[in-house]
Amino acid sequence: MPVDSFKWMPPSLANYYRNMNIERAEVPWTPLQKPLAECRFSLLSTAGAYVKGEQEPFDVEREKREPMWGDPTYRAIPRDVRQEQIGVTHLHINTADLEADINVALPVHRFLELEASGEIGSLAPTSYSVMGYQQSNDEWARRYGPEIASRMKDEEVDCAFLTPV
Amino acid sequence: MPVLARAIEAVGISTVLVTMSPYLAAAAGTPRIVGVEFPFGHPLGHAGDREEQMKVIRDALRALVEIKEPNTVVDLPYEWPEFELWIKAWHPPEPAPIMKYLREQARLRAEAKHREEGQS
Repeated sequence: MPVDSFKWMPPSLANYYRNMNIERAEVPWTPLQKPLAECRFSLLSTAGAYVKGEQEPFDVEREKREPMWGDPTYRAIPRDVRQEQIGVTHLHINTADLEADINVALPVHRFLELEASGEIGSLAPTSYSVMGYQQSNDEWARRYGPEIASRMKDEEVDCAFLTPV
Repeated sequence: MPVLARAIEAVGISTVLVTMSPYLAAAAGTPRIVGVEFPFGHPLGHAGDREEQMKVIRDALRALVEIKEPNTVVDLPYEWPEFELWIKAWHPPEPAPIMKYLREQARLRAEAKHREEGQS
């Protein structure tokens, strides 16, 4: 059975997306170069996760004043982050489960286990979170996407595991 | 998020994207797509369910190895129980600002229409 992309959407939202004219971009391709057991991974989610006390939350106060705007910045999440350090700011989903267990969307602890069991080579020092509500992708395309990609390259990442929420 | 997947893939990093909306990811163009029929906010499963999370992650890693063509979708077969509960539970406790804004716009339009009809 194919996955129904609209199953969980309210009918109005499902209609909006079904009828939306989405332009298909040219898709770049990097073949997997080596076995998973030798690959270094980094993670990227749209959960709106940040490290409490060390990083600013995503700017949802501005979004409340300007509903068409979503904070396009990103946060770098270290691989030794503990669950209780994680904060989640996202006004479009119920964040309670992410605040209880960030591995639902940014599986840092699961990937450390895969590293320990030798199923992957390693988890990179840094993973990343953005906040998924964006009316325009311009800032992601022009600035933050390339910036995250470049930081991954600096940490010699082979594969990125991506999880929109 | 497809735009981020493409930006990362473009610098020589192989990406795999696990999503509740594989239709939208494929429509926009994404290197490797894994579809899950889970409620929003839960791409890898239930909070606290390590086994379920690992199952989805390992399936996605297999897709990362096996997909050989850009914009290929692999759908996972897992079902999320208690639809009636979760169709409500995934939503934020407060409607998002854009939802409030759109509702307010619709209300203002309806009022204006009502006034026009009252005058004619």
